[in-house]
Amino acid sequence: MQLPSSSLHRIGVAPWRLSGVVCTALLNDPRQLAALGDAVHQAPHKAPPAHPVLAMRPRNTWAADGDAIAVPADPGLVRTGAGLGIVIGTACSGVPVARALDHVAGYLVANDLSLPIASHYRPNARLMARDGFCPLGATVVPAAGVADPDALAVRLLIDGRPSWQGSTGGRTRGVARLVSDVSGFMTLMPGDVLLLGIDADAPTARIGQAMTVEIAGIGRLHNTLVAEAA
Amino acid sequence: MSNARPLRTARVAYSGAVHTATPVDGDSTARLRLADGRLVAEADVVWLPPFDVGSIIALGLNYADHVKELAKELTVTTQDEPLVFLKGPNSLVGHQGATRRPAGVAFMHYECELAVVIGRPAKAVKAADAMAHVAGYTVCNDYAVRDYLENWYRPNLRVKNRDGGTVLGPWFVDAAAVPDPHALQLRTLVNGQVTQRGTTANMVNRIPALIEYLSSFMTLQPGDVILTGTPDGVVNVNEGDAVVCEIDGIGRLVNHIVGDATFHR
Repeated sequence: MQLPSSSLHRIGVAPWRLSGVVCTALLNDPRQLAALGDAVHQAPHKAPPAHPVLAMRPRNTWAADGDAIAVPADPGLVRTGAGLGIVIGTACSGVPVARALDHVAGYLVANDLSLPIASHYRPNARLMARDGFCPLGATVVPAAGVADPDALAVRLLIDGRPSWQGSTGGRTRGVARLVSDVSGFMTLMPGDVLLLGIDADAPTARIGQAMTVEIAGIGRLHNTLVAEAA
Repeated sequence: MSNARPLRTARVAYSGAVHTATPVDGDSTARLRLADGRLVAEADVVWLPPFDVGSIIALGLNYADHVKELAKELTVTTQDEPLVFLKGPNSLVGHQGATRRPAGVAFMHYECELAVVIGRPAKAVKAADAMAHVAGYTVCNDYAVRDYLENWYRPNLRVKNRDGGTVLGPWFVDAAAVPDPHALQLRTLVNGQVTQRGTTANMVNRIPALIEYLSSFMTLQPGDVILTGTPDGVVNVNEGDAVVCEIDGIGRLVNHIVGDATFHR
């Protein structure tokens, strides 16, 4: 019934107090839309998205490094979500791209999990807003120590074996643009976290497997997948 | 003063601090008694959302008549699975607050909704047991700016999660004071004219079913709030409008529409 104590402890702990707002950018890898082909112009979508496609990650989804995450037997697997979390440092509203990074305190490692999503027409709370489906790394690396947040190597190990690699780069909206666009209608506050979004080819992982996300210069995040109680 | 648990409470800022307050005269908001004993007038307080708000869980298309109203533009009908989306605290504003209408939009509308506040953690709760997890209720005005609709994760956050777009209050009403939350008349008035009428009897997915559904994949926690959707009768509002969302027995929630100039935009 409770959040994992490890994740509760981390909220409010120095160096950066997370506010509890975690918002993820969906479809922020242009290859995801490219894979849909002409379907982006057909019903029900009718046109490609013109603005960020976003989903809030509510507090029941938070998990900490080391936590076991429960997955339902059907489908018995998750779509992994190795990716970068952007931690806001100062309040911003309508901030231009050129000044957006001034409002970033630092970065953390996230594993933005979901059950496989077949369609992005409607929100998919049942697939995304599940308990523990948004593990966040324990360390916020200050922005001053990250030369280019849009060019960091990302790696996923499954059961300790390298199984996927990618980059924080190549996004439809990089870090500065995402902060700017979101702040256009949501005032961002210190400790709010924006997730830059997953890669188009993020692999799946099954019950019983262990996932380790590594982002160069940011850190690593390790979680296991266990069967949900029937 | 009575030590009994008050059935109706507000949170207000007054004289430099945040207070819990109770009504002095029935359900009128005109005069308030602060927890420390002071009596204050409505005009002297700033109303805040009436409880410590956790996850904000909103329902779309949860009234049969609203689905019919939107049918022309929908590519699906009322589906078996509830349409659920999550909102953030940036969108919260209390009774008598202001909500921005961006310049140049054609259709910004209110949505009068019964807000259900969770009181006990709920995980895998069956409908038959669900109401024991409800702490109480308040009124929500869940604004939308329809010009910004896109058919991706619709309704997208730019439509539904704007600053000041989730109005809550004035009261948190204890569940003990609401014997049947599915027998409440609700209405919206814009500048005194009734523009929306409905009854919570017409929800497609009722509160026990919603709690069973939501708790099947997420642990609901005290302070989490379920915005249960709106009936038909949504119309455009303009800068300067006073928008009042009323639910009988729950409250009368006032909001003021302001323009970009207020925000130096």
